[in-house]
Amino acid sequence: MALMNYAQAACQALAEAMRADERVVALGEDLGRGGVFGQYRGLQQEFGAARVIDTPISEATIIGAAVGMALTGLRPVVEMRVVDFALCAIDEIVNQAAKNRYMFGGQGRVPLVARLPIGIWSGSAAQHSQSLEAWFAHIPGLVVVAPATPADNCGLLAAAIACGDPVIYMEHKELWGLEAEVPPQHTAALGKGHIARDGTDLTLVTWSSMVHTALAAAGQAALQGVSVEVIDLRTIWPWDRELVLASAARTGRLLVAHEAVQAAGFGAEVAATVAEELGVPVRRVGAPRIPVGYARTLEDVARISAQELLRELKLFVGSEGRGRSMA
Amino acid sequence: MPASIPAVNASPAEHLLALYRTMARIRAFENAAEEASRGSVAAFGAASDTAALVRGPLHLSTGQEAVAAGVCANLARSDYLTSTHRGHGHTLAKGADSAAMMCELFGRAGGTNKGKGGSMHIADFAVGMLGANGVVAAGIPIAVGAAHSAKIRGSRAVVACLFGDGAINRGPFVEGLNWAKIFELPLLFVCEDNRYSATTATGAMTAGAGAAARARGIGLPADTVDGNDVLAVDTAARDLIARIRSGGGPQFLHALTYRVKGHVSVDAAAYRDQGELQRALEGDPLKLAGLQLAALGVAAERISAVDTEAQAEIEAALAAAHAAPPPEPTEAYADVQDTGAGQWR
Repeated sequence: MALMNYAQAACQALAEAMRADERVVALGEDLGRGGVFGQYRGLQQEFGAARVIDTPISEATIIGAAVGMALTGLRPVVEMRVVDFALCAIDEIVNQAAKNRYMFGGQGRVPLVARLPIGIWSGSAAQHSQSLEAWFAHIPGLVVVAPATPADNCGLLAAAIACGDPVIYMEHKELWGLEAEVPPQHTAALGKGHIARDGTDLTLVTWSSMVHTALAAAGQAALQGVSVEVIDLRTIWPWDRELVLASAARTGRLLVAHEAVQAAGFGAEVAATVAEELGVPVRRVGAPRIPVGYARTLEDVARISAQELLRELKLFVGSEGRGRSMA
Repeated sequence: MPASIPAVNASPAEHLLALYRTMARIRAFENAAEEASRGSVAAFGAASDTAALVRGPLHLSTGQEAVAAGVCANLARSDYLTSTHRGHGHTLAKGADSAAMMCELFGRAGGTNKGKGGSMHIADFAVGMLGANGVVAAGIPIAVGAAHSAKIRGSRAVVACLFGDGAINRGPFVEGLNWAKIFELPLLFVCEDNRYSATTATGAMTAGAGAAARARGIGLPADTVDGNDVLAVDTAARDLIARIRSGGGPQFLHALTYRVKGHVSVDAAAYRDQGELQRALEGDPLKLAGLQLAALGVAAERISAVDTEAQAEIEAALAAAHAAPPPEPTEAYADVQDTGAGQWR
């Protein structure tokens, strides 16, 4: 076991992939200096500037070039700094990377990993704080991953690089410094969630940074007699339906929480599926449909706190079959 | 090597005849595709006919054959090419099979793309043709990546990136040229200038001195050539590709041609001055090459024999497409992705 932070864990996974396979390359802005969050530290020194490529601020071409590289025998890992900047490359992600294999009849494959860090990141306001996982989950052809822990940021990044299809890999910007043990040779499978805390009264499905908020709320709820099972989805598409349905069938209630705007968020997909399949009460907690404001008082309105989540959990368990529940 | 590449050390007449053959095959293909696309899509005042054999928007390169033939004559099968929504000619000239291409336009299982792409996404990776593209300028970053990949892998491959005059007003043009230059990539940019951006004359929408000047502004050597003169395109492409192969970095070719048809096959291009079209037709690339062949002493019978062969090839392609079965509906779920495909709605 090694203690490392979320950024170091990803760096280790990428370094191991690059040592094992010379087709793996990394490209993006400022990678030679370790990347804006230090998640590429030391890689250019080890692998050289031809494989850890500093690029111009040209998001469309960073992703588009990665498509061309992937089609011609490389396995590029692409850095977008923040998901908000990837919106400058939305054609390259949605029309090119995601569609290539299908529209050309399976002639080519696009094994690229696009790292699109998400989330509220203290004081970075409306254009550096979004969580847009639902956008990409909506696009056939893409895999969407959102790791919550250092171990998963190591194991899932390795799995994403090994995946033969384009992966939208969404690290959370407030998790970079989070330290935890990463087991040696740690692996994680795409499409598999895991139960982060066992419980019996309610299933709370979440991902990314919100896992930690959910665990804090569940801990508080336990002290107040409410037993919450927390599922870390880890992969948004394909999401682990079996795990979620089995848990919700046991507990009889499903709450989905995410940092993204609640309206048309991926929580709606999870909640609707559970309601359709099981008929159990479902609820959602997500951000209000507002941009993230700069001032702390405004940012806090867009942020889901453990206290707010605890309130929703208690309300849900205490009001089964009434209020906002859908069933 | 694609059959369209002239033999090394061929006589000038045989060399030109090979280029002419490529152009004749493209012309015959485009004419047949146009005919099969009547009623393909409801646009430009035309009604959709559900019986149309070629469905959807069909962008014809009729009159632009010299660019495809002249550039591709200088590419090996192992070289790459990215194309545009008007890409049949590029695909054929790069060496794709005309019957597989026609099957694709007809939406048949045996098409180059198994009927999943149609005209706008036609591709043949086996001959290095990395795809037509439904989005203007979208092939540029992909070509940049293929060239960067060749450099990283130590491959000798060169990439030809073909795009239209409309593409120079999109961001990926600037991004892609800049990237190719700073990394000195083995990449030939070819602006196939047919003077129209959809239904609008590009000149009215383009500031400054045009494509070549923009390329030079980014530090790329740029040549401008008569894109209807296949020998001129061939000569320019040969020189530029030789420079690329000898480590000279990315090069730029601005080929001036003319879009004889409308934006799509059902577009009669009524917005265009008919005198302009007539003048353009006088410079038709096949007509011009025919005159050059005659001047080189090639008998008219040999030229018409090439036309006849091309016509016969495309008629066979049409017959194959008519006879081919459509893809099974289950194929709709294939080749989406391995992880998370088609498991549920």
